[in-house]
Amino acid sequence: MKAAHRNRLKLAVRLAAATLITLLFLFPIYWLFMISFKTPDEIFSYPPKWWPAQLQFSSYAVLFRDGDATTVLNSLIVAGTSTVLAMFIGTLCAYSIARFRTGGDNLANWIISQRMVPPIAVVFPIFLLYVWLGLVDTFPGLILLYTAFNLPYVIWMMRGYILDIPIALEEAALVDGYTRWQMLWKVVFPMSRAGLFATAIFTFVFAWNEFLFALVLTRTEVTTYTVQVTHYFGGQSNFWSKISAMSVLGTLPIFIIVGFMQRYLVRGFSLGAVKG
Amino acid sequence: MTASQADLVLRAGARPGGGRHDRRFKYALVAPSIFVLLLIGVFPLVYLLVVSFQNITMTDMDKTFQGLLNYRLLVQDTRMWEALLHTVIFTAVALPIELLLGLAMAQLFIDRLPGRQVFIALLVLPVVVSPIVAGATWSLMFNTRFGPINQIIGWFAGEEVNILWTINPSLVYPAILAAEIWQWTPFMFLLLLAALSGVDKSQLEAAAIDGAGYWRSFFKLVLPAIWPVMAVAILIRGLDLFRLFDIVWALTKGGPGTMTETISIFAYVKGFQQFETSYTAAVALMIIVLLTVVVLLALKRVQLAR
Repeated sequence: MKAAHRNRLKLAVRLAAATLITLLFLFPIYWLFMISFKTPDEIFSYPPKWWPAQLQFSSYAVLFRDGDATTVLNSLIVAGTSTVLAMFIGTLCAYSIARFRTGGDNLANWIISQRMVPPIAVVFPIFLLYVWLGLVDTFPGLILLYTAFNLPYVIWMMRGYILDIPIALEEAALVDGYTRWQMLWKVVFPMSRAGLFATAIFTFVFAWNEFLFALVLTRTEVTTYTVQVTHYFGGQSNFWSKISAMSVLGTLPIFIIVGFMQRYLVRGFSLGAVKG
Repeated sequence: MTASQADLVLRAGARPGGGRHDRRFKYALVAPSIFVLLLIGVFPLVYLLVVSFQNITMTDMDKTFQGLLNYRLLVQDTRMWEALLHTVIFTAVALPIELLLGLAMAQLFIDRLPGRQVFIALLVLPVVVSPIVAGATWSLMFNTRFGPINQIIGWFAGEEVNILWTINPSLVYPAILAAEIWQWTPFMFLLLLAALSGVDKSQLEAAAIDGAGYWRSFFKLVLPAIWPVMAVAILIRGLDLFRLFDIVWALTKGGPGTMTETISIFAYVKGFQQFETSYTAAVALMIIVLLTVVVLLALKRVQLAR
């Protein structure tokens, strides 16, 4: 009886601690979102107000009226296209490495080490090349770089997912007279669709959230939302509403997507080291 | 069909002397990826190497061979060494804190808890926020007059406080680190939680019966079991911290002065604001070589995959 009582108390303490920690981590996000629904007067009232008197959408209206909101569309085009490209060529490469050990450990290690080089070191020569090729501030330029940047991740993750598929299925397909390409389309891709889906989401989020490449390689035409947010920095302080509204426009879709794929988060974040 | 026959069919291409058709197939699959990776993996290296031996600046397209001029400047550049030092400081402080906080949180959530999945789903959110947005968020949080942090401190102090978080030299590091730790502790938490749930419970119970205390069984049983995952998490976060740019950019742009300039910000300023092209090439090359060596050494020790 006493032990049961103590267990209940322990659970209550843990629950309280868990709630407190979660609120602590969510508070900055709440603050960011909340500011976008305030009026300018509320943003600059002292002491700061922790919630708006009523939900105001004027900050968003301004972004749509001025066309700033199209930067979210640019992010979608760039992240979406580069994800499709990286997934397609990356998965083919992953299959070859997973099943044929093409290039051995050296190739696999070289590929993953590509992911870990700091972007600033890569983007500098790419920028000089793009200036020469006229690719600065164009969709193809940005898409190509994001594709290349995400490729190591796709190859690495899909290699793991393909290794999870029983090889017997592919053997059966070959015995049934499928060509190797048919086997890829009709056996390997359908069997690894959960992995394809999870990897594609991660790839998309990386490109969507990326800042440095976009900062360097965009001017006005293909500005992504992350760069647009920084355009409001350091100016008049009445840009606060824009900073928060723009950030929410870029962040909310990610929250929704991630909400649907909790199952895959651990594996995706750990570069496949944890099967989750 | 026996297993060995099947193996022969599928793996024929992998063997020396295997079918020519299969060999073509396996190389055709990797070709597009390798092409793209060479474009960003090898082209920049070669290009940087060439440019770093010249002396190109915004005003001067001097393409004559300058030998090791830029590398000599690099070694003598105290600003570069300081940027490297700042990067190391950020990494050395943030990484252990994220690891320990993440581990403590994982311990809290490892056992049954009402609403556990909801808590975890909510705690992950900071990780998926764009780092530049995270930085912007914290610059709102840290605002001297209209941010909630000074307000809360004011409640405890009992008077108005006007702390200049992103300007005061002794407070910029804590401010940046707070944002960084806020964003990435949940990452550590998520990975370590997964690792902890793989620890064999019966072993822990047996150890408890044998009279082993909490810490003893933690160091003897739990830590060795979660180490492989922990090592991966440390590697990923360590390399991320080394390229730290966005959060610092949003909060201080490397300031005040160059106090919080990381190596990435230093290279950005040199290359894209001061247009010291050849010098930046040398910096970038140094970063690539440094990191590639570290990564390849680390990959030998850390098991990223089977």
